Amino acid sequence: MSQPENQLQPNVQPNVPVSPEPMAPLPQKPDTLTRIAVDKFMKNKLAVAGLILLVFIIFAAIFAPVLTPYEPSSQQLLKKLTPPNGEHWLGVDTLGRDMYTRMLYGARVSLLVGFASVAASIFIGTIVGAVAGYYGGKIDAFLMRVVDVFLAFPSLFLLITLVTIFDPGIDKLIMAFALFGWTATARLVRGEFLSLRSREFVLAAKTMGVKSSKIIFSHILPNAMGPIIVTATLNVGIVILAESALSYLGLGIQPPTPSWGNMLQDAQSLTIMYEAPWYPIFPGLMILVTVLAFNFVGDGLRDAFDPKMKS
Amino acid sequence: MLSYIIRRIIMAIPLLIGISILSFGIIHLAPGDPTALMMDPNIKPEDMEAYKEKYGLNDPPHIQYLKWVGNMIQGDFGQSLIRQGTDVSFLITERLPNTLFLMLVSTFLALIISIPFGILSARKPYTLTDYSVTFTSFLGLATPNFWFGLVLIMFLSVQLGWFPTGGIATLNEPFSLWDRIHHLILPALVLATADMAALTRYTRTSMLEVLKQDYIRTARAKGFKERKVVYKHGLRNGLIPVITIFGLLLPSFFAGTVIVEKIFNWPGIGLLFIDAAFQRDYPVIMAITVIAAVLTVIGNLIADILYAVFDPRIEY
Repeated sequence: MSQPENQLQPNVQPNVPVSPEPMAPLPQKPDTLTRIAVDKFMKNKLAVAGLILLVFIIFAAIFAPVLTPYEPSSQQLLKKLTPPNGEHWLGVDTLGRDMYTRMLYGARVSLLVGFASVAASIFIGTIVGAVAGYYGGKIDAFLMRVVDVFLAFPSLFLLITLVTIFDPGIDKLIMAFALFGWTATARLVRGEFLSLRSREFVLAAKTMGVKSSKIIFSHILPNAMGPIIVTATLNVGIVILAESALSYLGLGIQPPTPSWGNMLQDAQSLTIMYEAPWYPIFPGLMILVTVLAFNFVGDGLRDAFDPKMKS
Repeated sequence: MLSYIIRRIIMAIPLLIGISILSFGIIHLAPGDPTALMMDPNIKPEDMEAYKEKYGLNDPPHIQYLKWVGNMIQGDFGQSLIRQGTDVSFLITERLPNTLFLMLVSTFLALIISIPFGILSARKPYTLTDYSVTFTSFLGLATPNFWFGLVLIMFLSVQLGWFPTGGIATLNEPFSLWDRIHHLILPALVLATADMAALTRYTRTSMLEVLKQDYIRTARAKGFKERKVVYKHGLRNGLIPVITIFGLLLPSFFAGTVIVEKIFNWPGIGLLFIDAAFQRDYPVIMAITVIAAVLTVIGNLIADILYAVFDPRIEY
């Protein structure tokens, strides 16, 4: 990674007096916070590896139809439980469907559920946290008690309860994850707002009569974006894990729509365990690698945004 | 100290009220009313009315809520819709010990494995040892526990025959301790994985912080053996934050039991919950959700109090 070095330290040349002459044009773009963060991130090998993996997985999901000659639901029953070979790279499942094809299409579902529900939960969490942290007092106390209540429930129990009430489906699943995933973000954003709201720039904006909503969204929020992006990244991994568990149990994405979790549904039969031990390996590895990649990127971003961490 | 404990307990009360309101709200989202599920559709309207009156279904929602909470406090969670006539509280008390036993063993397993590795990592930060421990815990956090369980069953139980494929004990055999342990090893290990990973990372961070302190340098300067410095002087303080983390991990721990019990066919409340979910047995689903939430609140309460006991710097 041949990235330009940070220019955090000014070039101190003790014996040369500061010249009053016009400065020579800067040799490179000046450092901005984003630039410093990008530089730090690019030096973190695990984070970069995670990012490359993610880009790869996202491309595979988008271009699924181009990358495979098969349809995810087309069955060739005669070939069922064929081990991986040149024609079917990851083998054929119990209903005669190509596993590699189902993995590609499963990536679409898992990523869609992950990104959509995190986007929604970050949206709710940011608004609740911003309001609580900016206004403080009774509003804050009330909202934080609500957050405490949500956090006390083990979320898998609530998700399963909701899924039993509204039959499972991709949209319902995304809604359920959004509904129970916003609390951690709300706490985080509130904390950021509490410390930012008493800064001079906020006071200056208030003095100039800027509307509260504008102060919250255009003045304070951009300063709190770092931690929000980090949580969002880590949360996508968490949601993908939870979705796969629910789908495995039969309470998430319903067949024939493929998802990495529901591909493992029939893996607990003794036939497969005796005769086709290759069967459950790949979908599980796929979940593991994807979640790992999100965690690496999330951790890399955290270090990159943290001014205390040296690059 | 006592006043802190009392204040902390009082603070938990609004939380419990909130939990009960949210649960009550969720269960009222369910389509139809209980009569539709339980009754013969050809029932006469006046019988239906009498039934509704008897079970308080005609009461306004707030009265229903108060009755429900009142019954719950007395340990009455109503009756199962599927196994008619069976009290939910009976189903739960029958299964709860199995779950608590599994949780206890896997907590113990998580602690005895993760703390030594966390310390090892912190003693040699940024070395190969540290990187391997950190990477392994990253793997542990990203592994889907149901898949890990499946793979273990497939290789160790089915292919190699080293462990039973599930259950809590061999059927139709007299009780034997070894048989119980034999059945317990895999589920406890799978349940412990995610927490092991998290605890290792927290122990590492906390110990790194502690080992930088002046009193550790003083202890070293006095010529104490490194082992004594780390384990006697360092560990005592290093473990304090781990207590809090443990409280925070409780909800995910409960969630873990649902999946582990399902995979290993472990007759605890997690399996009861999944079975109830498939049968739409709402009283059972709700009771277990509320109990898990209340146990989480109690767990956090205990963690907070222990934190104050172990760390005299905390003001209360």
